[in-house]
Amino acid sequence: MNILVFVKRVPDTESKIRINPETNSVVEEGLNFVLNPYDEYAMEEALRIREAKGGKVTAVTVGRDDSRVILRKCLAMGADEAVLIKDPLPETYDGLRTARIIAGFIQKKSPDYRLLLFGKQSVGADNSQVPPMVAELLGLPQANVVVKLEVDGDKGVAFREIEGAQEKVVFPLPAVISAQKGLNEPRYETLKGIMTAKKKEIPIIAIEELGLKPEELAPQVEISRMDLPPARPAGKVVTGPPAETAKQLAEFLHNEAKVI
Amino acid sequence: MILTYIELKGDKIKKASLEALSEGKRKAAELNKELAAAVVGSGKESLAPELFSYGASKVYLLENPAFSQYSTQDYALALASLAQKISPEVIFFPATSQGKDLAPRLAAKLGVGLASDCTKVSVKNGKLEFMRPIFAGKALLSLTLKSSPQMATLRPNVFPLTEAAAQKGELVKQAISLPADQPKAHVAEILQERGGEIDVSEAEVVISGGRGMKGPENFGLLKELSALIPRSAVGASRSAVDSNWIGHQHQVGQTGKTVSPNLYMAFGISGAIQHLAGMSSSKVIVAVNKDPDAPIFKVADFGVVGDLFQVIPPLKEELKKLRSE
Repeated sequence: MNILVFVKRVPDTESKIRINPETNSVVEEGLNFVLNPYDEYAMEEALRIREAKGGKVTAVTVGRDDSRVILRKCLAMGADEAVLIKDPLPETYDGLRTARIIAGFIQKKSPDYRLLLFGKQSVGADNSQVPPMVAELLGLPQANVVVKLEVDGDKGVAFREIEGAQEKVVFPLPAVISAQKGLNEPRYETLKGIMTAKKKEIPIIAIEELGLKPEELAPQVEISRMDLPPARPAGKVVTGPPAETAKQLAEFLHNEAKVI
Repeated sequence: MILTYIELKGDKIKKASLEALSEGKRKAAELNKELAAAVVGSGKESLAPELFSYGASKVYLLENPAFSQYSTQDYALALASLAQKISPEVIFFPATSQGKDLAPRLAAKLGVGLASDCTKVSVKNGKLEFMRPIFAGKALLSLTLKSSPQMATLRPNVFPLTEAAAQKGELVKQAISLPADQPKAHVAEILQERGGEIDVSEAEVVISGGRGMKGPENFGLLKELSALIPRSAVGASRSAVDSNWIGHQHQVGQTGKTVSPNLYMAFGISGAIQHLAGMSSSKVIVAVNKDPDAPIFKVADFGVVGDLFQVIPPLKEELKKLRSE
C-alpha cells in the first residue's frame, strides 16, 4: 500500500514566540524547529501499516530548503522516500493555498496512492484546514482527528475524536486521514536509520511544475496584524493554613468569579 | 447576507451554534445585512422559532433522509448548493469538532479562504477582520479574506449569546439530492465516553490536574470537585497525560485543547509554556500549587500556595456550603 504522509516544520511547543511588527511575522531566530508533533503520529501510523501490509511510505513537505531537516527525521524514522515541494512564500496561514499545492503534487507527481496521512493541525498556524481541503480537491473521503485506524483491502475504519465521544467512521480507500494524539506512540529514530537517512537523496519539486494557475497560488488570506496576547494583570496569591486558604478561594469563586 | 451553520446534537441546537448566530446578528446589524441560519437535517422545522429569536430572519432547512447521520461530504454538498443559490457574503460556523471538519471542506468546494477558530470579528471598511490565536494562543493573528463568501469558524465559549425578543421569520425548505456513486465516508456509530462527560473545550469551568496530582487515582478528587460545579469538566496537563494518569482527550495545552472557559482551576500544574498557551485566554484563572515560584501564578487571578491534597477537602466543604445557601 502506497502511503503519502504530509509533514510540516514548526517551532517546538516549548518555544516562546516573538513577533516582528514590521513584517507581521514570527521571529525565527532562536527558535528550535521540529517535525510537527501531530505529523509524528501520522508518520508512525504509516510505518505501522507498511510493516503489516507492505508498500511504500513517502514523506512530503511544502516549504523552504530548511524543511529538509524534518524530512531527514521522517527518513530516519523509516520512510522510504521524502520529497520537498519548494514554496517561495513564507507562512501564508492560508490552508487552501497549501491544499491546492498538495493536491496538484498528488495529481501530477504521485497519483498512485491508497492513503494520504496528515497531522490534525500544525502547531503554529493551528488551522486544521489542509486535510479536509485536500480531500475535497481530490474528491476523497476523509476522517479527521483520528485516534484509531484500521485499513483492510479497499476499506478503512477510523475512530475520530469529537466532544465527549468518538465517531466510528467507515470509508473506502483511497482516503484522507488526519492524526490526533493517542493514535500511537511514535518511535525514536535509530542510529542506523539516521545513517541511512543521511545518504538518501531528497528530490525537490518546484511549485511551477504542478500546473497550478497564478490565481490558485495567490493567498486568499491577507494578514493585517500579529500581536502578542495582552498580559494578564497580576492576581492575588495567598498562603496559610489550608482551611483558611480554601475558604478564601471559595469566597473568590463565589464573589468575584461568580461561578458558584 | 450572513449565513450561520447550525450544528445540532440530536434534536437540540448546540450552544456554540447559537453563539455563532449571535455574532452573526451583531455583524449583520453593523453591516446592514440580513442574517440567515442553515440547518442540515430532516424534519427539523420545530427548531426554527429558536433561531428566529436569535435574530435570523430566514432559516434554511436542507433536507434529505440521509442527513439524519452526519457526513462531511453530504453536508458540504448541501451547504454548497445553498451558497450557490443565495450567494451569502459571509458564512460562520461554530469551531466545534464538526465545524472544523466541515467548514474547510466547504471552503475548498467554493474555492475560498477560511479563518479558523476565531476569537474576535470586527468590521473594517465594509469587510470582516478576523482575529485568531496562533501557536495555541502565544500570538494573535488578525486577517481579512480576499475571497467571497468570507468564511470563518468561531471558537466556542468566546462570543456572547444574545437572544432577542421572539420574532417572526421565513422558513425555507430545500430538498437536496445526493450523488449515488461518490466514494464516501460515513459515521457507523457514535461511542459515548463513560458518564456522558462534558468536553473540556465546551465546559464553562475546567478543573485541571498536573504532575502534582501524583497519580491517576487522585484525579477522583477533581471529579468530586467537578460534581459540585455545574457545567464543569476535568482537564489535565501534558505531563499527567503522558504519564497515562488520564486520557489525552482531557489534555489542555499546545498539543491538547485550547480552552477559554469562564473559570480555569489548575491543581498541581507548574505552568509550562505549552500549557499556559492553551488556557491563558480563560476568563478567570485560579491555581493551587506548593511551589510559590510556579509560573502558573503569573497568570492566575487567585493563587493558593499550598498542598492541593490539603486544600481540596476543605474547599469541597466550602463549596457545598455555598451551594446550599
